[in-house]
Amino acid sequence: MRNQKKLIVSHAPFWHDGSSIAARSYHIMAAAMLAVIPGIYHYGASAVGVVCLSISSAMLWELLFNRIAKRPVSIGDGNAAMVGLIFAMLIPAATPWWAVVTGTFVAIIIGKQIYGGIGANPFNPALIGLAILSLSWKDHFDFNEALLTYDLPFSMLYPLAALKSFGAGAIASFSPLDLFLGRQSGGIGATCGLALLIGGLYLIIRGFIRWEISVSYLAGVFLSALLFQFFGAPGQYAGPLFHLFTGYTMIAAFYLATEDSSSPVYFYPMLIYGAAAGIMTVLIRNIGAYVDGVVFAILLMNLVNPLIDKIRPKAIGKVS
Amino acid sequence: MLLLPRYVTGRETMIKRSFIGLFQPQLRYDTIGSALPKIKAVRPRKSVQILVEGPMPPAKSLLLKTGDKVKAGQKLQLTAGNGRYTIAPVAGVISAIEPHIGNFGRTYTAITITIDSTIGMDDRFQSESGTPSMAIVRDYLSTIPGLLPSALSMVPSEKEPVIHTLVVLGMDSDLLVNTRQYIVKSETAALKNGIRLLKELTGIEKIIMAVPETLSQDAMATGAQVKTLHSAYPSALPRLIVKEISGKPVPAGKTCEETGFCLISVETVASLAKAFENGAVPQEKLLTVIDKRGQKSMVSALIGTPLKDVFDSLNILINEGDRLINGGPMTGESIYTEFSPILPDMDAVHVQDKDAIPLVENSYCINCGECVRICPVNVPVNLLVRFLEAGKYDEARDEQDLDACVECGLCSYVCTARIPIFQYIRLAKYELARIQAAEAENA
Repeated sequence: MRNQKKLIVSHAPFWHDGSSIAARSYHIMAAAMLAVIPGIYHYGASAVGVVCLSISSAMLWELLFNRIAKRPVSIGDGNAAMVGLIFAMLIPAATPWWAVVTGTFVAIIIGKQIYGGIGANPFNPALIGLAILSLSWKDHFDFNEALLTYDLPFSMLYPLAALKSFGAGAIASFSPLDLFLGRQSGGIGATCGLALLIGGLYLIIRGFIRWEISVSYLAGVFLSALLFQFFGAPGQYAGPLFHLFTGYTMIAAFYLATEDSSSPVYFYPMLIYGAAAGIMTVLIRNIGAYVDGVVFAILLMNLVNPLIDKIRPKAIGKVS
Repeated sequence: MLLLPRYVTGRETMIKRSFIGLFQPQLRYDTIGSALPKIKAVRPRKSVQILVEGPMPPAKSLLLKTGDKVKAGQKLQLTAGNGRYTIAPVAGVISAIEPHIGNFGRTYTAITITIDSTIGMDDRFQSESGTPSMAIVRDYLSTIPGLLPSALSMVPSEKEPVIHTLVVLGMDSDLLVNTRQYIVKSETAALKNGIRLLKELTGIEKIIMAVPETLSQDAMATGAQVKTLHSAYPSALPRLIVKEISGKPVPAGKTCEETGFCLISVETVASLAKAFENGAVPQEKLLTVIDKRGQKSMVSALIGTPLKDVFDSLNILINEGDRLINGGPMTGESIYTEFSPILPDMDAVHVQDKDAIPLVENSYCINCGECVRICPVNVPVNLLVRFLEAGKYDEARDEQDLDACVECGLCSYVCTARIPIFQYIRLAKYELARIQAAEAENA
């Protein structure tokens, strides 16, 4: 035929806004790193080691599974690294190496890959990893025991454990400001509320996470803690600020509850999901068996997420 | 580089996500200014090619053959009876008649005419068009620039829905395109006659012209009722225009025609008027050509002119791996070769450099919800795409509102995973229509 040039033939739209999964993952990681810095400052090299091992082992598990399942290699999208980072932020700096590697195995393989990979996981992978590990090796994930050898310039008593064991009277020494600034024991990247808040606001403004979930989660925690304090006997329950700035509350609001695959996408469902997770968190903390309610509160809401997300506007033009 | 979004570089013309991603991006239509750009007239050099819709008839029943001499403006009937036809845009000799397959397997018969201007003009239309009538419109004018909508080119039958409103599209439905707006601005007299003519011929009293705010004065002058449209995409898509005019959405699964609205390009209206005024079937198609740097030129060329002739006259060089698009960046269709002809409804040709082409990826939906929040008609795209990927088209239509989609392409535009959602949607609709047609035939 005629001297034909080969053209690219594809389908509309011929423009794209330039977003990608990789950019999303790396932005979330960059923002989360901000909260890791106080952890590294406090716990030193062991924190660096846990974070690095967690990220790299998560990526290796993903690669390994890609190979075994004969699927395209997906570590390039940054999601495995992100799960590894968030998992590391939740655990104590003294976590032994085998626990980190097992944790990322559970997070990546059981939390994500067996469901079909990115976007198909019904639960937050990092939380699945943490939940299974903390049930299996309780002592390694109990902050008071794990961080026993650290002597830092603030009380090394894990605030939520103090609350659980000794009641609201035992937490009088924790000022909300100290807690917010990260002067408390806890996960490597979960203690400094300020850093988490800055990173979270950045992600919200850039549109990488959905503000509805973060705001409703924090509101849910705040309001339910307030109600407990108001209706409970004086000195029985901790105040809302204590609940906001301890444990995993802040990291949950911006990095755990907002995980794309396991959270809703419509406006009202996002509000319901966030608020319910917040209320559940405080319920578990105040009247449940666990020290911190965040892990199971969010996993539980992940479970009902598909149902909540059915509350959606009818498509315009659809009659029935 | 991974951390930073790829912002507009010198070569790229597409609109990127804004730094602040909290708010949805607003894509604005390019409205035309008061100073009209100059039209560049392009003549075909050697030959033209006309595509007649439908599969190629068997050689026995074909009325045309290669070597036939045709006059400019001559009606070319493919088969005997009241069948498909086209109008020869130039005088010349038929050098090829071949089957042609377009997107989604649409079939055409392609007629190539080698130009020979000594053959002259055909005057049959002139002699018959003394008194305008719908019959003459159907017999000669169904392929005029802008294309006659099928609701008008068919003989009305009992089964067909009654058209109560004609909507004249004075706004280009896609971004970057200026063709229809240009005609509203420059052809006021022809449009006035055309609208009067349409009223007389069709008996439809209600004729509404949909235009951007900036053109409402010009539209008013044509004697049609005027509806101004919002300048943000996708307000000028057919179903959304009808929703704007009638105040209620076109029911999912129904066409605009089925609800009584017939949409007609402003170019068709102007061409209709000119046809009866001049006694010749108009063949000059106006189109917006958008080059690799996003520069626009208005081109007037005969229907059937190879695009290569247009590019040559505008000094646009097409390289291996570039992309040619019939239409705008959101809803257009790829063109396979630069020898493709100009079609009666080709309002724009968009040339993309191979370095500026965003590639789709073979990834999965990550459920970020960008599509859901940008969809103008609340289709649950995040769920829909899972059904479409699995080929479950019936469930997609019945449970996930596939048929409510207005085909704006915004979901694919914002997709973080770069899934070709819009293509999945078009494919599904095409397949469902095919199944429905087959079922109707077998019933």
